[in-house]
Amino acid sequence: MTEIKHHLTDDLLMAYSAGALPEGFSLVVATHISLCDECRARMLAFDAVGGAVVDDLSPVALSEGSFAETLARIDAVGADAGAETAPEPTTARSGVFPTPLQAYVGGDLEAVRWRRVGGGVRQAVLRVDRSSRVRLLHIPAGTAVPDHGHRGTELTLVLQGAFRDEVDHFGTGDIEIATEELDHQPVADLGEDCICLAATDAPLRFHGLLPRIAQPFLGI
Amino acid sequence: MAWVTEITAIREAQDRKAFAALFAYFAPRVKSFLMKSGASADVAEDVSQDVMATVWRKAHLFDPRKASVSTWIFTIARNRRIDILRKQRRPEPEELPWGPEAAPDQADALALQQESEQLRSAMAELPEKQKDLVLRAYFGELTHREISEATGLPLGTIKSRLRLALDRLRHQMK
Ligand SMILES: [Zn+2]
Repeated sequence: MTEIKHHLTDDLLMAYSAGALPEGFSLVVATHISLCDECRARMLAFDAVGGAVVDDLSPVALSEGSFAETLARIDAVGADAGAETAPEPTTARSGVFPTPLQAYVGGDLEAVRWRRVGGGVRQAVLRVDRSSRVRLLHIPAGTAVPDHGHRGTELTLVLQGAFRDEVDHFGTGDIEIATEELDHQPVADLGEDCICLAATDAPLRFHGLLPRIAQPFLGI
Repeated sequence: MAWVTEITAIREAQDRKAFAALFAYFAPRVKSFLMKSGASADVAEDVSQDVMATVWRKAHLFDPRKASVSTWIFTIARNRRIDILRKQRRPEPEELPWGPEAAPDQADALALQQESEQLRSAMAELPEKQKDLVLRAYFGELTHREISEATGLPLGTIKSRLRLALDRLRHQMK
């Protein structure tokens, strides 16, 4: 794999660790971490902050019989403890999508149900709760995604191929964090189709008449 | 190596005395964490029992190269909070083969445990305002946008340590 150049920011990693991200953002973060040991180490460091927070809390009183009740819970499932062995680490991944993404797609790349959105670009909206919107984008080599701005933050993770926009060049594994101010028009590199995972915490704003009309139908 | 002995005793000998010691320290803190995160005392009691039972059952998944026991228990409590209190899904990164079967490097484990202790002292020294923001972030009170003001923590050394352990793990996987 090519060297990852664009990483997650501290506030995203800390929010992920603290459990404060919208589901769609968590999906992008977990998918990037699956591809990037640098950000995995940073995430584990932020988890360690959570550990220090727990250590520093003043203990509160437990209810009477708390320990006995916990032992009873342990014994209750003890009977079928054999069945509850740890999930096998799923490291033997073959394919394009890391496992957290596969869980949302229901499989790898070939399981995606693409829909055309114009200009040769295809997308598939993934189901998450209302706090965010997530989609996969398939951009044919050399093609541009419609120029758009955002009301919130947009995270775009490259899963295959590469694209360039007003900010920089983004290769496989790279993440672009676009804020409200940025209007950008990603163009896929020549040579290979580009597949991205994109999440926003507010609807996108497209420029130009056609995409604006299409927006309600696209669900983005 | 705070609490690592107890976890090992639970994993290898189903040692209830070790579990009792662990419970006495962590259950009241996990309950406190859940209450600060917005749970009622009843719900926090119920969920903290659940968290401690999970600690017993998943003791074999604890890896001292990856986390201190406090950190590991924090992640279990946080995930329960998202799951039960927020009723949300939390996508998790792809698992790496951490765990005892990968024959953990003792020096790596010891170093990480020490770094975790040092992080704890460093956190205690933070300016009051920043520390307050960090606490509120981990209690789930801040959005990711508000959290940016709480970053800038002294995480350089523990991150390098974890990075080293990851590189070694990757090397073993080849
Ligand atoms: Zn990264």
